[in-house]
Parts: sequence; C-alpha cells; structure tokens
Amino acid sequence: MRIGVPKEVYEGERRVATTPDVAEQLIKLGFEVAVESGAGAESSYSDAAYQEAGCDVIGTAGDLWSQADLVMKVRAPDDEEAARLRADQTLISFIWPAQNPELLETLTKSGATVMAMDSVPRISRAQKVDALSSMANIAGYRAVVEAAQHFGRFFTGQITAAGKVPPAKVLVIGAGVAGLAAIGAAKSMGAIVRSFDTRPEVKEQVESMDAEFLMLDFEDDEDGTGEGGYAKVMSDEFIKAEMELFAEQAKDVDIIITTALIPGKPAPKLITAETARSMKDGSVIVDLAAEQGGNCELTVADDVIVDSGVTVIGYTDLPSRLAAQSSQLYATNLRHLLTDLTPEKDGNIVVDMEDEVIRGTTICKDGETTWPPPAPKISAAPPAAKAEPAPLVPAGEEEPSVMGPIIGMIVGGLALLGLGAVAPPSFMAHFTVFVLACFVGYMVIWNVTPALHTPLMSVTNAISSIIIIGALLQISSADKVIMWIAVATVAVTAVNIAGGFAVTRRMLEMFRK
Amino acid sequence: MINEGIVNVSYIIATILFILALGGLSNQETARRGNWYGIIGMTIALLATIFGEVTAQYDKLIVALLVGGSVGLVLARRVQMTQMPELVAILHSLVGLAAVAVGFANFMDPGRLTHYVGVELTIHDIETYIGVLIGAVTFSGSVIAFGKLSGRISGNPLILPARHWLNLLLLLGSIYYGYEFVVQSVEGGGLTPLMIMTVLALLFGIHMVMAIGGADMPVVVSMLNSYSGWAASATGFMLGNDLLIVTGALVGSSGAILSYIMCRAMNRRFLAVIAGGFGTGGGASAAAGGEDQGEVVPVDSSESASLLANAKEVMIIPGYGMAVAQAQHIVHEITTALREKGVNVRFGIHPVAGRMPGHMNVLLAEAKVPYDIVFEMDEINEDFPDVDVSVIIGANDIVNPSALTDPDSPIAGMPVLECWKGKVSIVLKRSMATGYAGVQNPLFFLDNTRMLFGDAKESLDAVFKAL
Repeated sequence: MRIGVPKEVYEGERRVATTPDVAEQLIKLGFEVAVESGAGAESSYSDAAYQEAGCDVIGTAGDLWSQADLVMKVRAPDDEEAARLRADQTLISFIWPAQNPELLETLTKSGATVMAMDSVPRISRAQKVDALSSMANIAGYRAVVEAAQHFGRFFTGQITAAGKVPPAKVLVIGAGVAGLAAIGAAKSMGAIVRSFDTRPEVKEQVESMDAEFLMLDFEDDEDGTGEGGYAKVMSDEFIKAEMELFAEQAKDVDIIITTALIPGKPAPKLITAETARSMKDGSVIVDLAAEQGGNCELTVADDVIVDSGVTVIGYTDLPSRLAAQSSQLYATNLRHLLTDLTPEKDGNIVVDMEDEVIRGTTICKDGETTWPPPAPKISAAPPAAKAEPAPLVPAGEEEPSVMGPIIGMIVGGLALLGLGAVAPPSFMAHFTVFVLACFVGYMVIWNVTPALHTPLMSVTNAISSIIIIGALLQISSADKVIMWIAVATVAVTAVNIAGGFAVTRRMLEMFRK
Repeated sequence: MINEGIVNVSYIIATILFILALGGLSNQETARRGNWYGIIGMTIALLATIFGEVTAQYDKLIVALLVGGSVGLVLARRVQMTQMPELVAILHSLVGLAAVAVGFANFMDPGRLTHYVGVELTIHDIETYIGVLIGAVTFSGSVIAFGKLSGRISGNPLILPARHWLNLLLLLGSIYYGYEFVVQSVEGGGLTPLMIMTVLALLFGIHMVMAIGGADMPVVVSMLNSYSGWAASATGFMLGNDLLIVTGALVGSSGAILSYIMCRAMNRRFLAVIAGGFGTGGGASAAAGGEDQGEVVPVDSSESASLLANAKEVMIIPGYGMAVAQAQHIVHEITTALREKGVNVRFGIHPVAGRMPGHMNVLLAEAKVPYDIVFEMDEINEDFPDVDVSVIIGANDIVNPSALTDPDSPIAGMPVLECWKGKVSIVLKRSMATGYAGVQNPLFFLDNTRMLFGDAKESLDAVFKAL
C-alpha cells in the first residue's frame, strides 16, 4: 500500500505526519511512502532527507491524494481535502468528531475508512498510540518555555555578588500529562512548583516530581476522577472552595499554568479576571485550555495580552511551536498504530473491528459512522479501592505473646525433669553434653556471614561424617555381616569427608576481593 | 595401641577444632583457616579411633578409606559450581545411609544384651531406633532432593490427596513399631519392627521432599543438613560417644538456623514449607494475577547497554535463572567493563535466591566477582532510590512488589529487593511466565521497567558486545 503524507494546510501548522526516520520503519513494514514536497520543511525535515529514507517526494497535494491508499495527516482535513477523499482510501489524523459533526458527516459520506487519533481509547495497551498524551506532554513543556519568555526574572534562585535572587513560584493547575510535563520542566529550571488537581490519585505523581500538591480544605472527599481517568465536573461548593484557593495562591505565585479540561465540555473558568489582576506585576499566566474557551477569564485564544501588568498567553498551537519534536512523537504514534494494523507486515492494513484500540479509533467505515465507540472495558486509572493498600504486617512480626515462650519453657522443663527421673546417669551425662553443644552451635552459626552459607553447608556435611567413628568401632567385630556393613559405611563416609572438605576448600579459594 | 585417655583427649581436641572450623566461617578471611581446622580435627579423630579402638581388619579399613576418599575428591574436583546444591544433597544422603548402617550393625551386635540391662537397654534401643529413623528420612529425602535439583525428577510439588493424613499415619506407624521394637528387643528379637520402620521412614522422606517445590529447595537442603547432624548425634547417644553427640549437635543446629533464615526470608513458617504444596490457600489472589496488568516495554541489548553505560549506580540482582543459564561469567565481564568506566556496580542478593543458602555468592565468587561488591538484601535495600539501573537476571518472586502491597498475595509480607524504587529496572527473562509462586509480577508492567527477553547468557553476551 502507498502512504501519502501531505503538507499541512491549516494556517500556522508546522507539524508533519511522518519523519524520515519513521518513514524508513514504515517502509520496512512493507509500505511505500510518498511525501508532498515541503511537507516537513517547517519542522526541519528536508525533502532530501525523506528521499534518502526511501520516500517519493510528490510535487502537488492533488497528485499525492490521488496516488495514496492511506493518507496520514496531523490536523483534521479542511473542506478541500475532505472532498479529495475516496471510498477506497483510509485517512488517519486528528478529527475531533465531537466538535466537528459536519466534518464527520462529510467523511462518512465519502465511504472512506477514517481513524481519529484523538479517539484512541484510554487503555494501557494503547498508550504507545496515544497522540493526545504525546502532544499534551509537548504542550506542557512549551508552556513553561513560553512563560519563561515573558517572565522577566530567573526561574531558579541564586545568591550572587550583586544580591540574592528568589526562585520563581509556579502554580500548575491540572496535573494531567500536560500538567506533569509543565511541573517537570519548571522544576528542572529551578522554580518552586505547586500543583492542584481535583483527582486525588495524582497527588502521588505530583509529589514524585518533587512538587507540592495543594490540598483543598473541603469536608466531603469528593473525587474528581471521571471515565477513562479524565476529570469530571465538580459540585458548586467544591468549585467555590477551589476558586478561593486560587485567589489566595495568585497573590503569592509568579506564574500560573492552567491545563484544566473536562472532555466534551467548555474549559472551567478557574481564574477570574479579578484573581488574575491580583497577581504581582510581571506575572505570567499560560492558559493551555485557550482553545476550549480558556481557564482564565482574560484569556484571548491565539494571542498574548497584558492586563494590569499580568501577561496572559492563550496560544492554542503549542505543540506546533515545537514542530520537530511534535512531528517525531506523532509520527511514532502513527507508526505504532500502523504496526497494529498490519499484522502480516506486508504493507496491507487490516481494520480489525474486534480489536479494542482499532475499533475505538475508527470513526467511520464503509459509509457508516462508527463513533462514538462502546465504552472501553478497562480504565487506565486503577479503581479507587485499590489505591490504598492496607499496611502489611510481616507474619514474623506479630505482637509477641509473653505467655507463648513461658508455656514452652514450662513444658520443656517438665519433659526434662521427667526424663531425668527415669534415665540412668550415664545417659544424663551425654545429654548434658548434647544440650550444651546445641547452644554452642547456635551461638557460632549466627556469626556466619550469609555469603558463606554454601561453604557452611558443605563443611558441616564433611564434619557430620564423623559418624564414621561408629563404623570404625564396629569394623573389628567378629560377626562377618557387621564387619562388612562397617566396611561399606567407612567407604561411604570417606566419600563425604574427602568430598566435603575438598569442595569447601575449592569454594573458599574462589572468594576474593 | 594407645590408651583410652589419649583417645578421649583427641576427641576433645577434635571437638574444639570443629567448633573453630564453624566459627572461622564468620568472614571470608578466616574461612580458609577454618576449613583447615576442620580437616585437622577430622584427621585427629580418625587416627585416635583407628589406633585406639580398631583391633582387626586394617586392610579392609584402609582400602575402604582410600576408595571412598578418592571418589569424594574426584566429585569435589569435577562438580560445577551451579551443581553445588545437588552435590550437597547427595552427600547428605550418604550421612543418612551411614547412620542407618551403623544403627543396624549396632543392633545386630550380640554383645548388646549383655552390656545393657533394664532401663539402660530400653534407652539404648530407643536411641538406636531414633538414629535409624532420622538416618532413613535423611537418606531418602536427600536422594529425592538430589533428583529434583539435578532435574532428574520434576521440580513441581507432588500433591497427593490427604497427604497430611498420610504423614500422620506414617508417624503413628513409626511410634507403634518403636514400641514393638523395644518390647521384642528385650527377648532378643526386634529386627522385623526395625526394618518395617526403616521402610516407613524412607517412604516418609520421599513423600516429604516430593511435596516441596523447586524454590523451597533452600529450606529443604538446609533442613536435610540439619537432619544429617541429628542422625549423627543420635548415633553418638547410641554408642555413648560424646564426639559424635557434639559434632552432630553442631551440624544439627547449623542446619536448623539456616532453615530458619530461609523461612524468614520468604516470610513463611517452617511447618508450612515442610507440609509442602505452596499456594494451596491462595486461590483468590492467583485469579487476581491473571488480570490484564497493562503492557510491558521490551528493550534490545544495545539499548540495555547504553542504559548501563550511562548509569552511575548499577545494581545486579541475580536469581536461579542466572545459574540455569550459566551466565555468571559474562555478568562478571560486564561488571568489570562497567567498573572500568567508573560505574559503581553492586550485587544485591536475596537470601533465598537460588536453590541453596548462599548459592548466588558461590556462583559469583566462581566467576571472580570480588565479594566486597556483593551485598545482602538488608544491606542495600535502602539504597535503591539512588540506583540508576537495576539488572534482574532470572529472578522473579524476590523482586515482586505485590509482596509488600497486596495483602492477598501468596507471597505477601515476604521481604523483597525493592528495585522498582530505582530509576530503571532491566529484567532479563525468557518469557512472561510467572515465577515459582505462580504470582504475576507487577514489576514487569511498571513504567520504569524494561524487559530484555531471551536466554540470559545470550542476552548478556549481546549487551557485553554492545558495551
């Protein structure tokens, strides 16, 4: 099959759906890859690099679309592109079917198979295909870079000859993939990072990145985890308490990065105009939810505004601003999907509607809309009940009962007394020796280092063949049977003596510094 | 001929030398000297007995000693270090066999009835009986353990229906025939009950070890070690010989302590191990292990090599799989290569890794890994947060986080090496099969775990080349 990768037509879009490296691997899967001339130019992948990787470079979009069996794109197709789609073609790109119902209808009518990278189910197996996560990761990183660009001071604290510089304080609202990436980037630049999220289970992830997790002082333990590990809409009281927390934090922090999104809803307004204006002069707000209306009331999508000394960044194309990186990760996501689609590795895709990942990603096929898919079976987030394992008490460390050993001693003592009452003195003399020897052994053996346990076993083995003395005492017997048994026993134990000591010696020779 | 006083003094000297031999094993520097003490002690005891007690049959005695001794030396020289557990097991069986033989020979000695009377005869008979009993269990148990360790018998536990009742029946049978034996022996008989009991004890030893699975072998081997000591001790009582009693007690307590250490390292009770059949109560969690835990992240050898080369702290965790694949030498070469690059490589050894206490230490020593970079679990478990790469070679249950997090897990509460706290873990494994405990290992599905599938030795060879 021939894969076609057109140049993105959306204004300002710099990403491309495949890179030369990935194209090379696609060719190994049995595909032919055609790239529109200049497709990778904006993300620093030249036509020559594609050619070197074995791709055909096609001059015009029209030719490319007509040749390709499978078209891979980043942005959803515009009207012109959608019109080019044929029934025998497959299209893979971001589509956002919920936001673009007309587009979905057009695509369905074309009869083509369309797979939406934004509809990949949120299950563990599909993580390698999850382009939303890879893009969110980049957006989070880029948000910190944009903030640094507009922030007039260091992120890290320094003590210089010219005086002390306090570290910047960064508040990240929403600790999803983008939020965590932002936390990581800000942290590694030296800022003090705080984070807030309505989903309590992300607390551990935030703290594992050395950031502070802000807790809401709220009576009900309201859990904001919705289906598929995304956040859901919270109660009014919760939102009120949350807004108060932000208003208070806004006065303290220098940079706020908001990433709060609820699937299928407009972004929640978390930072009121008043809160934003209460920040110190020179502060920066980066609103990653700008496309969905923004988390901040002042946000203007695709623009940077300054209001009362506070810069509010509302870029909606952050991944595209890091085009080489985004293209590489997105192309890799696509490659993973194609690997799943071509089980035979012969360059022919099989859209297996039984496969949960493929089923969820496919939004229309053979003229029928197959979106939304049935709910995924397994959530990416663990159920809440499992999150708190009961503290374990190792079985050996149970509360020791005082009575146990005492009862044991009494029983043991009585048994010894009973034995002493009937046994003859000669036996008791041996018995004394035996008990003392057990104690000596106990004391000596605990000092043996665990590394030498194997030599210990072989040397005790050799020593225990002291039983040979029993046979030696019998070997002079006049009784032939006894004598021969004794001879055999001597031979058997001699194996043990020689073998045990020799192998111990061999092992000990090997231990060296 | 030397007199009895000198023989007794020689025995005392031998006893002291044996205690020093065991004491010497407290560290590597004194261990070699300790072994020499043991050899000298044994020589003194043998010479004293031969010149003090033996009156005839010197020719046969010398031949038997020479033949047995040379067989032993050949065995010791030829054995591979990975086969040590088997060798130790088969040597244990010989002690058991000797105890049975000495017991029977002693019983058949006609002087017995004139030498002992009344209570003394009863006690002597009981001593004989117990000596033979322990010896027989040690013998058959060790033979089965040898078979399991060398792969001649399947390592899976053999679970007979009503096996606890069977054991109880064998125990009651032994007690009954013990009573019969004592009663008949006064009248000069008793051979029949003694033989029946020997058969019962042999069956018991077989059944006991058959019911124990492969990874519980460290406990079994050290337990049999203990039994061989008690058998020698019982024989000492029978013969009225303090040297045997003391030596047997030393060996017996040594094996018992080792068994205890092994059980503690698995957080299991000794009786539970001996009763055999691991996981009979863990049906619920076995089902939980089957659930989809997510996707593993495989790596190839060159990627593993670059992870290792870029690390500062590397921890290697070997398991039985390293012994099976004979990978200890290539592990040493990788260690040397990494240490030359300034990487701090250390080894973390779980007490029950392998099939015998200290098995991994011996294998690494054989491969010339210096023992001062080989650490016990308790010494290094705190250090994992600073470790950049942990390499897990053929180990599974000893690095299973569910031992700490899942109270329903069959291995719950077992102390484990907490490698997942490090930055990256590379797990070398042949397939995704579960470990001995049959528990799925969540470690494999963690984000910071990489799976390097394939034979450990071949994988490591490739890693070494890539370095």
